[in-house]
Amino acid sequence: MSARRIFAQPARYAAIAPYLWMVLFFLVPFGFVLKISLSQTAIAQPPYVPVFDFSEGWATINAAFAQLSFDNFRLLISDSLYISSYLRSVVVAVTSTLILLLIGYPIAYGMARLPQRWQPIAMMLVIVPFWTSFLIRIYAWINILQHDGLLNKILLALHLVSSPVVWLSTDTAMYLGIVYSYLPFMILPLYATLSKMDPSLLEAASDLGSSPLQAFWLVTFPLSLPGVGAGALLCFIPIIGEFVIPDLLAGSGSMMIGQTLWLEFFTNKDWPVAAAAAVALLVLLVPPLLLYDRLQRRTLEGAK
Amino acid sequence: MARRVGRISPFNITALALGMAFLYLPIVILVIYSFNASRLVTVWGGWSLRWYHEFFNDRAMLDAAWMSLRVAAVSATIATLLGTLAAVGLVRGERFRGRTLFSGMLYAPLVMPEVISGLSLLLLFVALNAERGFWTVTIAHTTLTMCFVTVVVQSRLASLDRSLEEAAMDLGCDPVQAFVRVTLPLILPAIAAGWMLAFTLSLDDVVIASFTTGPGSATLPIRIYSEVRLGVKPEINAICTMVIALIAVLIVIASLAAKLSSSEAKSAAPL
Repeated sequence: MSARRIFAQPARYAAIAPYLWMVLFFLVPFGFVLKISLSQTAIAQPPYVPVFDFSEGWATINAAFAQLSFDNFRLLISDSLYISSYLRSVVVAVTSTLILLLIGYPIAYGMARLPQRWQPIAMMLVIVPFWTSFLIRIYAWINILQHDGLLNKILLALHLVSSPVVWLSTDTAMYLGIVYSYLPFMILPLYATLSKMDPSLLEAASDLGSSPLQAFWLVTFPLSLPGVGAGALLCFIPIIGEFVIPDLLAGSGSMMIGQTLWLEFFTNKDWPVAAAAAVALLVLLVPPLLLYDRLQRRTLEGAK
Repeated sequence: MARRVGRISPFNITALALGMAFLYLPIVILVIYSFNASRLVTVWGGWSLRWYHEFFNDRAMLDAAWMSLRVAAVSATIATLLGTLAAVGLVRGERFRGRTLFSGMLYAPLVMPEVISGLSLLLLFVALNAERGFWTVTIAHTTLTMCFVTVVVQSRLASLDRSLEEAAMDLGCDPVQAFVRVTLPLILPAIAAGWMLAFTLSLDDVVIASFTTGPGSATLPIRIYSEVRLGVKPEINAICTMVIALIAVLIVIASLAAKLSSSEAKSAAPL
């Protein structure tokens, strides 16, 4: 016990450097996002009018508060472009999460049922694609989905279609890309809860007269709900802010909020509106993040 | 003896096989087509290394690849150092003031949309008047990847038997010695895995790098991304295949290192 206490002190010192790093490069930058989202657009470099200028002391701060501008946020809620990209982000994230759950669950279930010695290999196989570049995996799909790509060739050869189908720049391609990229995030938490399940529970259910399907719905599925929740949130949260996949695979019709932010920043050079979109995106993420945090805590306490 | 319910059914096998095919087939197809002699990406014209040649004669692509490798190596190294320190602080430091904020800051970037991280860091760099290029991208990648390193090292550290450290200290080590001689060798595989994860994440990132880089210093993913937006090019297949090969080599090294250190740990255990 005493040894522990002696150890704790220097271990805390170890945290100082990463602590300062995260404050400077993670926390402080959010302050800038907030600040610039409240400032006015200007044609200048950088393209905004500074709100706070501490160089002249606290006296200027009152004046600064007076010129805080909520115009950018007003624009966000009045312009239908932003509202529709907000809604589209939520719709895409919910739909993809449901598809991921439907595809990921049987795979995770199959993994948990494998003989013990095969399970680590199966897990490795699910993790490896996570290591290979995300961009490369999306590019691999563009190869397959393009007009004279492999998929159209196969469909034509099988006479399933009479002329090439347009796959790229459609929502179908985007959902495919999202599901493909996020599948490991769904499978791993599901597998973690399913593999820990006591098989004697299922035996008991079948002894008591349940069919395998009933046993699944009455025993396995309810017990796997923590994994379902963790997997769903692990996919839902990053998909909301996704940029690369919709930009490369979806059509140019409607945009997700990440794309809107990118467009405002890089194309329109409107930094204040981009910053306001970032704040809005963050607000959208707070409820699922809190939910995830609560779920993790409950799982940890349950394990103790 | 009850009926064996735990048996794997044909349905399970089918789900697994389809799932694995879905995960791997696109990558396999990409690799095969990188050796395609034809200019048309979809017409098979026989095996050839033509597109690899093309890449090694493409000055701009080579510069971008070199920039990416340097950013990945430097940011992964700093991130591993900071991430390991953070993990030690979180696991062994027990309770301290500001711990909740600390762990919050370390977990948030794991799920934070990259557009937000990229934009916020850029605004910081602009405010600091920093020249954008190699170092700004490196700092941005370090900030993101150190969180992944922390998670990897933290889980290893938490599963470690603390009595080993206590024994070392009972035998006269001070805490730092106990950490360096006992703890560090035991968590080394996790640290190595953390470095490789950081390296591959950095090599993969488009969004954060696009925000934080300056003119004339594009990374490989930024170049690939802008080419891909214009359409499929066989040269890109070759580059992607080389990146996959590099990552595959790293994964093999990592798993060999893990195996080696676990067998060392076993042989050392009877002492």
